[in-house]
Amino acid sequence: MPPAVGGGLAGSELRPRRGRCGSQAARAVGPDVATEATARSPKRPAPSSRRFEAPGRWALLALVTLMSFATRFHRLDQPPHICWDETHFGKMGSYYINRTFFFDVHPPLGKMLIGLAGYLSGYDGTFLFQKPGDKYEHHSYLGMRGFCAFLGALLIPFAYLTVLELSQSLPAALLTAALLTFDTGCLTLSQYILLDPILMFFIMAAMLSMVKYNSCANRPFSAPWWIWLSLTGVNLAGALGVKFVGLFIILQVGWNTLSDLWHLFGDLNLSMVTVGKHLTARVLCLIVLPLALYTATYAVHFMVLNKSGPGDGFFSSAFQARLSGNNLHNASIPEHLAYGSVITVKSARMAVGYLHSHGHLYPEGIGARQQQVTTYLHKDYNNLWIIKKHNTNSDPLDPSLPVEFVRHGDIIRLEHKETSRNLHSHYHEAPLTRKHYQVTGYGINGTGDSNDFWRIEVVNRKFGNRIKVLRSRIRLIHLVTGCVLGSSGKVLPKWGWEQLEVTCTPYLKETLNSIWNVEDHINPKLPNISLDVLHPGFPEIMLEAHMVMIRGNSGLKPKDNEFTSKPWHWPINYQGLRFSGINDTDFRVYLLGNPVVWWLNLLSIALYLLSGSIFAVAVQRGARLPAEVEGLSQVLLQGGGQLLLGWMIHYFPFFLMGRILYFHHYFPAMLFSSMLTGLLWDTLLRLCAWSLASFSLAGHVHALGILSLLLGIAYSFYLFHPLAYGMVGPLAQDPRSPMAGLRWLESWDF
Amino acid sequence: MKRIFFLDGSGPPFGHMLLALGGYLGGFDGNFLWNRIGAEYSTNVPVWSLRLLPALAGALSVPMAYQIMWELGFSHCAAVGAALLILIENSLITQSRLMLLESVLIFFNLLAVLSYLKFSNSQKHRPFSPSWWFWLMLTGVACSCAVGTKYVGVFTYLLVLGVAAAHAWHLIGDQTLSNVHVLCHLLARAVALLVIPVLVYLLFFYVHLLLLCRSGPHDQIMSSAFQASLEGGLARITQGQPLEVAYGSQVTLKNVFGQPVPCWLHSHQSTYPMIYENGRGSSHQQQVTCYPFKDVNNWWIVKDPGRHQLVVNNPPRPVRHGDIVQLVHGMTTRLLNTHDVAAPLSPHSQEVSCYIDYNVSMPAQNLWRLDIVNRESDTDVWKTILSEVRFVHVNTSAILKLSGAPLPDWGFRQLEVVGEKLSRGYHGSTVWNVEEHRYGRSQEQKERELELRSPAQMDASRNLSFMARFSELQWRMLTVRSDDSEHKYSSTPLDWVTLDTSIAYWLHPRTSAQIHLLGNIVIWASASLATLVYALLFVWYLLRRRRRVCDLPEDCWLRWALAGALCAGGWAVNYVPFFLMEKTLFLYHYLPALAFQILLLPVVLEHVSGRLCRSQLQRSFFGALVVAWFASACHVSNTLRPLTYGDRSLSPSELKALRWKDSWDILIRKY
Repeated sequence: MPPAVGGGLAGSELRPRRGRCGSQAARAVGPDVATEATARSPKRPAPSSRRFEAPGRWALLALVTLMSFATRFHRLDQPPHICWDETHFGKMGSYYINRTFFFDVHPPLGKMLIGLAGYLSGYDGTFLFQKPGDKYEHHSYLGMRGFCAFLGALLIPFAYLTVLELSQSLPAALLTAALLTFDTGCLTLSQYILLDPILMFFIMAAMLSMVKYNSCANRPFSAPWWIWLSLTGVNLAGALGVKFVGLFIILQVGWNTLSDLWHLFGDLNLSMVTVGKHLTARVLCLIVLPLALYTATYAVHFMVLNKSGPGDGFFSSAFQARLSGNNLHNASIPEHLAYGSVITVKSARMAVGYLHSHGHLYPEGIGARQQQVTTYLHKDYNNLWIIKKHNTNSDPLDPSLPVEFVRHGDIIRLEHKETSRNLHSHYHEAPLTRKHYQVTGYGINGTGDSNDFWRIEVVNRKFGNRIKVLRSRIRLIHLVTGCVLGSSGKVLPKWGWEQLEVTCTPYLKETLNSIWNVEDHINPKLPNISLDVLHPGFPEIMLEAHMVMIRGNSGLKPKDNEFTSKPWHWPINYQGLRFSGINDTDFRVYLLGNPVVWWLNLLSIALYLLSGSIFAVAVQRGARLPAEVEGLSQVLLQGGGQLLLGWMIHYFPFFLMGRILYFHHYFPAMLFSSMLTGLLWDTLLRLCAWSLASFSLAGHVHALGILSLLLGIAYSFYLFHPLAYGMVGPLAQDPRSPMAGLRWLESWDF
Repeated sequence: MKRIFFLDGSGPPFGHMLLALGGYLGGFDGNFLWNRIGAEYSTNVPVWSLRLLPALAGALSVPMAYQIMWELGFSHCAAVGAALLILIENSLITQSRLMLLESVLIFFNLLAVLSYLKFSNSQKHRPFSPSWWFWLMLTGVACSCAVGTKYVGVFTYLLVLGVAAAHAWHLIGDQTLSNVHVLCHLLARAVALLVIPVLVYLLFFYVHLLLLCRSGPHDQIMSSAFQASLEGGLARITQGQPLEVAYGSQVTLKNVFGQPVPCWLHSHQSTYPMIYENGRGSSHQQQVTCYPFKDVNNWWIVKDPGRHQLVVNNPPRPVRHGDIVQLVHGMTTRLLNTHDVAAPLSPHSQEVSCYIDYNVSMPAQNLWRLDIVNRESDTDVWKTILSEVRFVHVNTSAILKLSGAPLPDWGFRQLEVVGEKLSRGYHGSTVWNVEEHRYGRSQEQKERELELRSPAQMDASRNLSFMARFSELQWRMLTVRSDDSEHKYSSTPLDWVTLDTSIAYWLHPRTSAQIHLLGNIVIWASASLATLVYALLFVWYLLRRRRRVCDLPEDCWLRWALAGALCAGGWAVNYVPFFLMEKTLFLYHYLPALAFQILLLPVVLEHVSGRLCRSQLQRSFFGALVVAWFASACHVSNTLRPLTYGDRSLSPSELKALRWKDSWDILIRKY
């Protein structure tokens, strides 16, 4: 008999599982539908065997949870200064407490939760979070760290329960829990104010509830079924609300749901109405509910952040008018555009920004060597333009002259206020969009040539009307070439400071690219009129926020000559991340996976692929497996398959991403790969024990194997724990350092 | 052609070799420059034979379309339809009439699919017969030819592999076969579809490298070792160099990374400006840069710090890994030095200079430890060309690195070299190799300068193995980046389906006869429609089958699914990946996908008329519709003919009439 912990897979336990899997195996053989109808036979295990196990199970779960919390909360207050990205996320938490509007490439939920945790634990939002290494001093930061560590600690019981559900085997679950508890990387990442523990929490919670509701499949529409299904939806919304990486778990759940529905659909015992009900339930819980929650997080986000802050310029004029403190909030500016006004011109396309110019020229070989004209997302004095008549250069602000309004169809000149050059276009290829014409700044002190003349038109208006600030949607048409001023939305290379390209398009299509509006308007001769005009609807704000985020995300490109982390580095634990400290006198924390755990994971994936394909081929050949082996092979193929899919979905898309990547992006995938390791080794050891059944010691092979793995992992954690809990002293390159013997790869620099 | 080495980012050598073969048979001597579109071919260019192979490939695609349809189990009528559609598609005609590779690629794609179909059909009756083997092998060879012509051929290869894998999986499940039998089947497939393509692909490269044994314009991208294996070019210089670098050796040091341009460590008389434009100060010592041209100032002498002389002893004392050396600049005899002064453009790194003693409190720090990166043991000797070395500064443990930033005018726009303080792992920009090398003989500075100016001549030669050359060439081909700029005729994948773009290939110098890559818009639109209809019908049938409602008999369903997998799948795998590509895309990239899509058209038509039209009346009505549609396609094809063949001058009004879409850039001459 296996020892107490190994009792999980005793015969009766496996039966319901096998019943369900048998049906799926039948599907794998071919489109032989008839067998599936009868295969779904829910058999409850005998209650007597459960009665004794239940307390043991709970005790084990409690032990796992306790270990996890103990490791996560140990020395949580160290180091008492900002580590790595805490500078961003802590700052953003403060913004929520101060209700200041900001912009970030990630969705708001994670930062909102951090802000909430800080608020509840008495942090007042006054700490500046300027740069890594700044001391917290009297500011209360433990609440925020504690919250992240709490979520990070919950990962382990979740993983434990998921593997238990998939394999019905306590040793497998225990092994998984040990792998994650004793992984220095997971530990480090959970201990600081970061989005990753929150993200991983939601991913794991979604995975767990999905697995749970899968095992409720024999009791559809029962209370637990509904609970787990809707919990899956809630957690999906949470994962997506923290980072867009949450999309991957949505993919996985979506795939699982599709195959589930396909399975139900093929079951001819179910009427179309029942299938329809199943479909509706899933649409409600997995699409509608998450979307509603996701939208709700944005609603809260916009409601809480109602003060103007550093993120304003990324958004449209209408959006900014919502923020108190912004100069457009309850704005009072001259209503109609007049000659001589100083204005900023904003593109109507989202996330493009203001028409901008600066004292740099287009480089040689790219059109004419004249001053660059770009669009720029930030507010800047280089966004200011003066609107002038095309033929006179007299100062229109001369108090003796009457105010003259700009009218639809007028020929104007736009002079850049800082450099006194005119907005200009000519028959040269634009720098990126070769089919368009180049737009430059030209002339000296406002004197240029006839290529500086633009006709200003208001969309859908009659000629001769005045032009309203903010509300009129205008087009600027170049008089000589007949093209329209537009922004292509493409990012210029380094010479253009990675701002966006402005072109003049000869194709006169109506697109948002070529529509602009006047945002700021300064004219001392005109009375300021209060404009409470713009109230964008919530869907518009949502859409705009997403456009801005997507642009921001794709803008995170690695700089030249920067040593970037490549996705293939990650599973082999090639290089870590410095969380804190560089020199030998600093308190150093280094994010690096426990190499024993990681390399074991890597080995397990290869082993899994091998053993999985052997079993799959055997099943496909119709080999008759003994009952016990068949049960194990089902665990391996079904449960392991789901985990492998999770690992692939959370890892491979990074190879396609153009943005800058960091080591910590691998951790969600690492969770899945650890669960796979736990499941695989347990199954393999059981197989081993079964094939050696004729020997007397066979029963202990499994127990010994699991025990030695557990001990090995624990010992490796003892060796590597200083990486996570911090170390002071000479660097590991130095032979005097206590870590010197542990620098197994030259690329680790702790 | 002239056996000059070249490197092309878009494709492996097979396609180019085919073109050259055509030229060679036609007696072309390679003396034509090909530098301008529209240039008249001179008399010695056998245009006809150069264009023969693509045209032949394009012409053969037509009967192959017929064969594929037939092998898929469709009627003669559908097969003739497919062939005719390929025949009158203007874009395919244009592309195959010129010296371009797409038609060759399409030919091999279709050949791969056709031979696989032939193979799987003979599988049912006579496995392991000669014809079975022949078609299986031909599949593999055609696949590798497709990949060898253009890398996008990989997608068709993957498709064929996928279909073969699905079939093999069914074979495994077939319990009427014995285990040994199944194993034989699997092995045969693995050999033909995995091993043979790799071998054939390697063969292409072998021939490529065998033919192109002279150095050419793209030499500099490759490593010194690779260049040394080509005739002429660097090999002429390096031939006969001593292998082991010794104290007193005169060397040039090339950066391994070679980005943005390949360059050599360089120094010259000029010094760093006292104050930079942004107000930071410098050491005002002699500049050290990286210079992309061969120059006498690229020579350095390896010196033993303990001794004064700059000549090689007899016997030479080789430099080993871990040795401390000084590097003396040959022309100025100053020592390479770095110190805790911010570099001109990368302020977080240290400045590298040649030390001038200004008698200020800035001591010389000119000791470097040699770190051979690709050493086999710790006592390895520093070898010319082969060794990749790093120079680690002894005092500050900074590493000599090419930052790649071009210096301003005071640095003559040469590239900046810095000492990198925090070096993480291996990176090519910190690694250098000796390219030219000779043992220094002259003690006196004047003589030494003379010696530096004279070309090097010594003995010993090296050969790179074929595999090493292959892997390097392949790696460079995949990583070489042509500039991502947009071309006037470039387009996005979304424009292709709706044919919102065109490419002007040629304009007659005097008249307005011109050749455009333009598709037959009727065929494009109906092919896209057919894809949509197919997808909808397929999903519908799939769902119905799942509920055990079988509209189609089993064999008909299998045929329908296989046709879809090959044609619609072929379209998808040849089209969708372009959305992820970051290079400049043109309309002609769509043509392989289009060829598959056109094949789908008769499949859908026959299915609709055969299965969905219930009554005879409906069927004949549908037949009439198809005929009318086909006539209109022919008419469009004929109308666009002048732009396809470029044989006739058109008046501006005629051209305007042909400009059916605003986005077609038809060139209208202004008189």
